[in-house]
Amino acid sequence: MAGLELLSDQGYRLDGRKPSELRKVQARMGIFTRADGSAYIEQGNTKALAVVYGPHEVRGSRSKTLHDRAVINCQYSMATFSTAERKRRPHGDRKSSEMSLHLKQTFEAAILTQLYPRSQIDIYVKILQSDGGNYSACVNAATLAVIDAGIPIRDYVCACSAGFVEDTPLVDLCHAEETGSGTAVALALLPRGGQIALLQMDARLHQDHLDPVMEAAMTACRSLGQVLDGVVRQHLQEVSILTGE
Amino acid sequence: TGSMLKSKTFLKKTRSGRVLKVVREHYLRDDIWCGSELCVECRQESPPPPVLQRDACRESSLCASRHYIIPDTNVVLHQIDILEDPLINNVIILQTVLQEVRHRSAPIYKRIKDVIHNASKHFYTFTNEHHRETFIEREQGESANDRNDRAIRTAARWYSEHLKKAPDGEELQVILLTDDKGNREKAEGCGVIAYKCEEYIKSLIGSPELMDRLALCTDDANEITSSKILFPEHLPLSRIQAGIKSGTFLQGVFRASRDNYLEATVFVQGDGDDGTEILIQGLQNLNRAVHQDLVAVELLPRNLWVTPSSVVLVDEGPKGDEDGDGDEEEQKMLKCDASESMLKPTGKIVGIIKRNWRPFCGMLSRSEIKEATRHLFTPADRRIPRIRIETRQASALMGQRIMVAIDGWPKSSRYPNGHFVRSLGSAGDKETETEVLLLEHDVPHQPFSQAVLSFLPKMPWAIAEEKHDHFLRHICIELVDPPGCTDIDDALHCRDLGNGNLEVGVHIADVSHFIRPGNTLDQEAASRGTTVYLCEKRIDMVPELLSSNLCSLRCNVDRLAFSCIWEMNHNAEIISTRFTKSVINSKASLTYAEAQLRIDDTNMNDDVTRSLRGLNALAKILKKRRIDKGALTLSSPEVRFHMDSETHDPIDLQAKELKETNSLVEEFMLLANISVAQKIYDEFSECALLRKHPAPPPSNYDILSKAAKAKGLVIRTDSAKALADSLDMAQVEGFSYFNTLLRILGTRCMMQAVYFCSGMDSDFHHYGLASPIYTHFTSPIRRYADIIVHRLLAVAIGADCTYSDLMDKHKQAALCNNLNYRHKMAQYAQRASVAFHTQLFFKSRGIQNEDGYILFVRKNAIIVLIPKFGLEGTVFFENKEKRGPRLLFDEEVPSLTVEGHTFNMFDRVKVTISLDASNIQHQKIRMALLEPVIPGVSMSPPEMEPEAKRVKLI
Repeated sequence: MAGLELLSDQGYRLDGRKPSELRKVQARMGIFTRADGSAYIEQGNTKALAVVYGPHEVRGSRSKTLHDRAVINCQYSMATFSTAERKRRPHGDRKSSEMSLHLKQTFEAAILTQLYPRSQIDIYVKILQSDGGNYSACVNAATLAVIDAGIPIRDYVCACSAGFVEDTPLVDLCHAEETGSGTAVALALLPRGGQIALLQMDARLHQDHLDPVMEAAMTACRSLGQVLDGVVRQHLQEVSILTGE
Repeated sequence: TGSMLKSKTFLKKTRSGRVLKVVREHYLRDDIWCGSELCVECRQESPPPPVLQRDACRESSLCASRHYIIPDTNVVLHQIDILEDPLINNVIILQTVLQEVRHRSAPIYKRIKDVIHNASKHFYTFTNEHHRETFIEREQGESANDRNDRAIRTAARWYSEHLKKAPDGEELQVILLTDDKGNREKAEGCGVIAYKCEEYIKSLIGSPELMDRLALCTDDANEITSSKILFPEHLPLSRIQAGIKSGTFLQGVFRASRDNYLEATVFVQGDGDDGTEILIQGLQNLNRAVHQDLVAVELLPRNLWVTPSSVVLVDEGPKGDEDGDGDEEEQKMLKCDASESMLKPTGKIVGIIKRNWRPFCGMLSRSEIKEATRHLFTPADRRIPRIRIETRQASALMGQRIMVAIDGWPKSSRYPNGHFVRSLGSAGDKETETEVLLLEHDVPHQPFSQAVLSFLPKMPWAIAEEKHDHFLRHICIELVDPPGCTDIDDALHCRDLGNGNLEVGVHIADVSHFIRPGNTLDQEAASRGTTVYLCEKRIDMVPELLSSNLCSLRCNVDRLAFSCIWEMNHNAEIISTRFTKSVINSKASLTYAEAQLRIDDTNMNDDVTRSLRGLNALAKILKKRRIDKGALTLSSPEVRFHMDSETHDPIDLQAKELKETNSLVEEFMLLANISVAQKIYDEFSECALLRKHPAPPPSNYDILSKAAKAKGLVIRTDSAKALADSLDMAQVEGFSYFNTLLRILGTRCMMQAVYFCSGMDSDFHHYGLASPIYTHFTSPIRRYADIIVHRLLAVAIGADCTYSDLMDKHKQAALCNNLNYRHKMAQYAQRASVAFHTQLFFKSRGIQNEDGYILFVRKNAIIVLIPKFGLEGTVFFENKEKRGPRLLFDEEVPSLTVEGHTFNMFDRVKVTISLDASNIQHQKIRMALLEPVIPGVSMSPPEMEPEAKRVKLI
């Protein structure tokens, strides 16, 4: 029995997408009223929730305080029911600490932290359902939540994963593709300036193939940026109608 | 981008021990194209050329108008031979079908994909599972198979409706081919035209031969119900697996015996390298296993164990088609008394884990009944059982070599059922026999496909000047190659540097410049692995444009080369080595003989000749040094045919001879190979492709030592050096050929040299050349290994870029396996070709009397070598019909005493050589003893009159 054929000769992927097509994205902002900012995103079957608090005074130990900019505190977690197998997921395991760190680095690059010295911004992200591209969904949800909280950022941070199968870069991998293709690149991009906020790659990829994969991931990030922009504008319209402005 | 997708999420499957709920997204699209030339409706942003033609012409009595065919899964699986036929085109392969085929049979999947890629066949793959209008969901209680059948029907219906909408699409029909009766009825119920595959093929006008290629299908209605069950039922796979787990069954590869159709062994892989062989005897126990199948065996109780019988049994079976009972007598013949110690583990086949059937070459033995359509087919390989096929063209196929594929082996049938694939030509024909030996040795020999040829450079081709900075045109370069060779891949040069040193260069055609990694041309070359040289034919590894033109270092034209250049002193010590890509322009093209003449002629003093002398002097030193280190000089009798230039029939046969210049070229090639091996290993210790030659186990030398001892000599075999020295010392007064014979024997003791990847092995030693490291660099036109070595070297010197497969040691190990296999098969094919031409030669020459030497002594025969022809043959002292002479075999010496005369190894004998053509499929050279004269055993020399060409031997 052969494994799954990730890309057919006709150029269709397992779920019927073409190599450069994203999964269906649906997002909402302002989910919770108590938090300063919140957002929910679905990228295909991957569903993530992000909540932002702050900026506020640094809590806990004062030693963390930075005098020229805000501290960003990220916490990533997965729901017990998020994967096919139900699993207890303790806080602070190696995988989620790493993911938290990556998110922190991503948003330190995007948020204008120098506007809020001696303060703290909390970003909490939870994966409700996981089907590949967890990091990307988290970043995209967090971006919307940060915007919802009214915290100034340089640009949308759009993230997308990409893989490489049969000499073709695939974009926005689902779970089967992520495990089957071997290599997965996660890229977070500030689309307007084209700066890369974070690039992560765990497996080996031949140097010659890196450029096409990056190119595909960046194009995907830009299209995602347009989708996020649409969501934000839609949300603003709804809010302004409600407030009667 | 995400806007045009329709999302459809559903539960897909549960699997593994624990039940998992796998949820996958499934996007339905409305931009999937139907692939027809007629259609104007399907929108495409950048339409690829249509696949299905407007004029899908095939004359059929069932369907008068133009039509496309949609086969279902079982039709693809069973009738792939039909689908591959050039007559069948304009076929729609549904994604559902393709996926099912992929799950059920990898080889068929590969074949159908090849057909789809062949543009002239007009096969289109329709992604129906992702099309909005053809996707269907599995209904409650519906089995997966039923759903797929329904999906196929839905797609077929969609196609016929869709095409009707196209302008003048009314007369274009879509036909569903399915052998499932229920499916056919349901299809007709929803307005789809459906036929049985057989019915449709029969209806095709003007192509009756297609009928023969139809696989015999066990359609439920059509089953041949035989009252007699000949074989026990095979166990289902689940029970086999359970049995293997619990140890009651063993799993192994079935190997039929060449000499006895009622006997076989199953090789069971044990722990590590060792394995055991289990004997299987008798039709019932063999239970329909075919050579090379993966089978499950159950051991019989100890009291039923037997010994391998020594009788030769050829399955002549019951004549005609009946499943007869004649076998029982033959089965009895197997029984023989044997001592307890000779008994071997014996078992019976309980099930087949995996069939390993391929199409077989062979000939038809016609049924006795004149009008019969079922005939038996006798494969060329004696280990394959005879196959029953159905054909209406039996009389046309008689005397022809044909290919047949097995379809199945029902338990009520004495022989497996098969179908005719194609005819190769009439038996005994040179082309046909060549084709057969290529097929039987699995040598890929089809002409290169368009896809492969498309990667060739466009002619006229010239070197792009600016890219190559290294020109060696000014340096005098000469080639030394065997006469008549068109793929010249090496050139040499030598010049005085003026500082007391010499510059010596080996220049190899830069094939890797033309064959870029990963493209179709590269893949084809990698799969072929090597050029195969047959007696009158060459099966190229790369297309002729490269092998005989662009990569052939012909004289007086600019050619790209990869050069290995040494600075050497006059003692042939290397001072420095460098590698570079270069452009060379060879000044002279000399054969070995011409080069030898120039070296010897003291009057000649031009550049080329001086260069040759320099090389010759260095080569002698190199050779001496190599031999001092313990390199072996072995010998194998090689035959060269003188061919008639018109008919290509062999007119003379002689052993090859060697000249000094042969070894000149060889020395520098060896040196280049060793230098390159060291360089790529230094650079890429994990993924260098090298070649090793393991030292043989000491027991291999037994026969050599014994043979020498008989002549009062000692051969030391503790090291290569000792062996080489003692071989040199071994001379017998007045018997100059003795040394050559010893060396021939020495060759037989050796192991096979193999390619390997340096990251996967630790022993690099090349025993025969006495070199710690070795690779192949010098013949990239005819060996794929050299292309890889060129690429590695190019990366090492920064002349080319790398790619991922080159650095992956597992992929490289897999490649090495293929190369080793191809080299072995090429060698076998070559030998088979020589054997065939020897037969042709003796057929035209009639009977010959020749002198020869005994090479081996066996229990009932001696093996004789005829030095004049380099030919080896067996003289048997036993006869099937009458009682043989008294034989006494002494294994220690070894010697064989026949009626009082003792034969020792290397004895001189005189034999007659003739061709035994009694079995047209297996013609062979027969030798009979003339001298020494042993009454009742040797023959009287036949009169050598020219008329008496076909003297019948006793």
